Amino acid sequence: MSSDTTSATIGPVEGAQYDADNPAPYIEAPRKRTGKTPRATRGNFEMAAWLFMRLSGVVLVVLVLGHLLIQLFLDGGVSKIGFAFVAGRWASPFWQVWDLLMLWLAMLHGANGLRTVINDYAERANTRLWLKGLLYTATVFTILLGTLVIFTFDPNIR
Amino acid sequence: MATPVLDKVEAESAASPYITVTMRIRRFNPEVSDAVVWEDFQIEIDPKERVLDALHKIKWDVDGTLTFRRSCAHGICGSDAMRINGKNRLACKTLIKDINPEKPITVEAIKGLTVLKDLVVDMEPFFQAYRDVMPFLVTKGNEPTRERLQTAEDRERFDDTTKCILCAACTSSCPVFWNDGQYFGPAAIVNAHRFIFDSRDEAGEQRLEILNDKDGVWRCRTTFNCTDACPRGIEVTKAIQEVKRALITRRF
Repeated sequence: MSSDTTSATIGPVEGAQYDADNPAPYIEAPRKRTGKTPRATRGNFEMAAWLFMRLSGVVLVVLVLGHLLIQLFLDGGVSKIGFAFVAGRWASPFWQVWDLLMLWLAMLHGANGLRTVINDYAERANTRLWLKGLLYTATVFTILLGTLVIFTFDPNIR
Repeated sequence: MATPVLDKVEAESAASPYITVTMRIRRFNPEVSDAVVWEDFQIEIDPKERVLDALHKIKWDVDGTLTFRRSCAHGICGSDAMRINGKNRLACKTLIKDINPEKPITVEAIKGLTVLKDLVVDMEPFFQAYRDVMPFLVTKGNEPTRERLQTAEDRERFDDTTKCILCAACTSSCPVFWNDGQYFGPAAIVNAHRFIFDSRDEAGEQRLEILNDKDGVWRCRTTFNCTDACPRGIEVTKAIQEVKRALITRRF
């Protein structure tokens, strides 16, 4: 009787009808600490990652802005870029180190940022696993390929 | 001798102060349906009254099945945090006139916690995080015969975070908490901050270690939702940043 009046106030609902003896299923709060909840981790990885983001960000501002300035604005701008221009720059160890540093910092910075985005937005453990797997594979591949190119670059290649 | 101005004011207040307000409430009753319903209530209310008064009016005069928590009703107990017009507030500290009563006022349960009925959520995960940071004084050695003394400056250091009333407005406004709910949440960190920076306490190191966890302070994205939501005006994000700084300076 009482459940009739409540449903009348709330309005008709589709699907299964529930009452006091048969309530709608309880949705377990995600945060609930159950026996299956993994033990808290003790380590400084998250702190190191957080610090790395700040420090690499500061260095990258200089590296990337300098890179853009040289590539796109100074001395003829974008039209001068060609194989000869790159070969000329990489003849100097200074630019090799610059580009290497920029490659590693930018890739790790971006990968770590995406890692936190995945942690924050991917809700299911499996989705997280796959997205992170893809991310780490792409990161390692790009870093290794880029490093290989910088170190084995041959200006006389035909 | 009353002036004409006073007479006019009295005449105006003698007229009905009541206005008609639409309260749009997100209702959920597991004994009726597993779906939520937005329900509108038209009530006559003085705009100088609070949202809690409007809810009382509905519960007492219109629909007794409306369910919500409130205890002291004066902003001290922290029972009635809810999402009013899309923002976490205490219903007992929000005046109707301050939230544009011309439009329907939406009221819903705070997010990120399981809704039990209407505006009542399961607070257990929230308090679990609170308990995890050991929110009590820990000391070593002999107990002093009198109170533990502290200078005014030492007390001032953590004064802001002593104001927390555990209403969960901050934690349930945090987008990181909304996702998987594993993040400790601003409220737990605020209460850890209260003891970490207390000169009388000796377990600061332990608490910092707990918050150095992967779901600890490093998941904070500095979105300031918590500072905006806090009904006590605690600078929550600043407190979290201070814990981060303490963690870093402790190591290096």
